[in-house]
Amino acid sequence: MIKVILMLIFFICCSTGGEIAMTHGMKQVGEPEGFRPRALLRFLGKAVRNGWVWFAVPLLAASFYSLLVLLSWAPLSVVIPASAFNYVVGTFGAKYLLKEQVSAKRWMGVVMVCAGVLLVLVTG
Amino acid sequence: MSQEYRLRIKTLFMVLLMVLCANLGDLMLKRGMLQIGAVQISPSGIWHALLSTIHNGTIWLGILFLIGFTLCYMTAVSWADYSYVMPAGAFGYAVQTLLAVVVLHESVNAQRWIGVVLIVTGVLLVGQTYPTTTGAKPVAS
Repeated sequence: MIKVILMLIFFICCSTGGEIAMTHGMKQVGEPEGFRPRALLRFLGKAVRNGWVWFAVPLLAASFYSLLVLLSWAPLSVVIPASAFNYVVGTFGAKYLLKEQVSAKRWMGVVMVCAGVLLVLVTG
Repeated sequence: MSQEYRLRIKTLFMVLLMVLCANLGDLMLKRGMLQIGAVQISPSGIWHALLSTIHNGTIWLGILFLIGFTLCYMTAVSWADYSYVMPAGAFGYAVQTLLAVVVLHESVNAQRWIGVVLIVTGVLLVGQTYPTTTGAKPVAS
């Protein structure tokens, strides 16, 4: 049981950590100048030269593999709530690490999405 | 057209493209793996499955869509908040359920419909907030 809990914590940290690092990196890159092929290629070129984007890649890969390991260790009823819980942890990360302003309305939306994903995945 | 309106429209477009790519990618991977058949859990079985996936066009199409999803996600968070894009992306679960009913004629129980309603309401609530709150750079320089 302890190893499942530790792996769940590892999965949530890697998943939200990877997405937060990716967002931070992309904010440094800035939005594309336009949506023409040349502008998009320049945008992509800037993204692949950003350190935070490369920091995110192994974290996201680790989150994917830890999810596979979790699925082989624990029943879906344990793993799925953890995936849905990511939305709440991610919003805390956005608020405190990325300094985003999360209003009451956005929090309410996130909690509803989290509950909805839980219901859809459990019955899926 | 006001700047806020443009920002909302381009964020909505990118999130919809993201959801479309993710759903089509998952669908292609599922179809490709059905063509390959169940993977035998043995060294030779895993090796055979690996070779089959490399030679399967549907799997490659799925991978292409998932790369498209990643690029759309990266583009969206280059201007919009993570706490905006992440829950909005969950809209895909609602689309999956609708596709299951309309295209595959699957029966969906009440609990799952309640989940879909919660997701759609949650996404609509998040969608009413301003997409960016961190003063991100408007254009890459």
